[in-house]
Amino acid sequence: MEHELETTLTVNGTTLRRRIQARQHLVDFLREELGLTGSHIGCEHGVCGACTVRVDGQIVRGCLMLAVQANGCQVETIEGLSDSGELATLQKAFHERNALQCGFCTPGMLMAARDLQIRNPKASRDEIRAHLAGNYCRCTGYQAIIDAVEEVLHGKS
Amino acid sequence: MKAPPFGYAKPRSLDEALDLLERPGAKVLAGGQSLIPSLNMRLSSPELLVDVGAIASLAGVRVNADFVRIGALTTHAQIERSEEIRKRVPLLAEAAAHIAHPAIRNRGTLGGSVALADPAAEYPACALALDATLVILGRKGERRVKAADFFKGLFETDLEPGEILVAAEFPAGGESVFLELARRQGDYASVGIAAHRRSAEIRLAFFAVGPTAILATHAAAAAKKSVAAAKEALAQDLDPPADLYHSGATKLHLARVLLGRALAQWNMS
Repeated sequence: MEHELETTLTVNGTTLRRRIQARQHLVDFLREELGLTGSHIGCEHGVCGACTVRVDGQIVRGCLMLAVQANGCQVETIEGLSDSGELATLQKAFHERNALQCGFCTPGMLMAARDLQIRNPKASRDEIRAHLAGNYCRCTGYQAIIDAVEEVLHGKS
Repeated sequence: MKAPPFGYAKPRSLDEALDLLERPGAKVLAGGQSLIPSLNMRLSSPELLVDVGAIASLAGVRVNADFVRIGALTTHAQIERSEEIRKRVPLLAEAAAHIAHPAIRNRGTLGGSVALADPAAEYPACALALDATLVILGRKGERRVKAADFFKGLFETDLEPGEILVAAEFPAGGESVFLELARRQGDYASVGIAAHRRSAEIRLAFFAVGPTAILATHAAAAAKKSVAAAKEALAQDLDPPADLYHSGATKLHLARVLLGRALAQWNMS
């Protein structure tokens, strides 16, 4: 049976065709094969959220999806969403509120926060906490991150 | 860590999937939210992953007067958001919100969770509480198994090699309560309860308290007398092993706390 498969996927708007090893998970493919190193690898078993990317409009763990499973899918990464300006407001709020120190978790946080902004734009502080609970930050203690997202959703300053 | 090498096939039909599953070392890949971490950690080393994600007949929710049939590929996020499920089998919609995190709920499936039978998972307890029927397909045809006969032990079910769980059928109606304690939102449960009652019948299923989800029949019978009697009787149903954070005695205490809260929601005293 095939250990490598011809796979066609669209990454940040560009359609690619590659032979991909079945064992390679999506975030490794994005980082190693495409050089898109904005999606980070933390735990590699779905706990930390650093590898969060968007597939067909839904956030997923990049380490819990095989790259070959993305065949025919639209994949969007932190690079794509940054370049398009989709994250600009959130990024500005994170910057101004010091919602990061080392920044390792930030791409995943932004992807999860943007997902909340789309699905539940009036989310309460508790709902923001619940939505970001799957993303670890080991620096900030989360308060500034929640503050930044709350500011964007509710226009608080 | 990185997964070991394996083959991958994505059949378009159940027939093709059943063929592929006859190959040595073949394993079903559904949402992959438990399987892929176990591959990454090299706790599992299949020779062939049979990705059932493109098989249309495994998807979708069908509703009739008496029950809701949920296709194995239905994701936790779909169950959480489905108006039909929230209306007819609210226990499942409430349980889905406790499963891991949004990014995982977007890919993890009902069938995958039930077939894995993790003792801390939410759906097996819901299936027991609701007296669900699981629909299984193999080379010999379709068979239907009650949840109480399906969960056999730790990660052990009635599924035979080569079989696929295609759907679960949940009787609609009644009243339900779902409660879970976890150290962090979305973490594995420390203790959880899925409770259901229909007229006089009460079914109480606990999870993360043993090798499988457990139907607490003594507590359910005693609940007709009093909440205190139900809590007392729970010790006859559960003998929880310790986990990393809690002793068995603490888990039994917490199960009693959840039992009290669940029965209070039904105004029982």
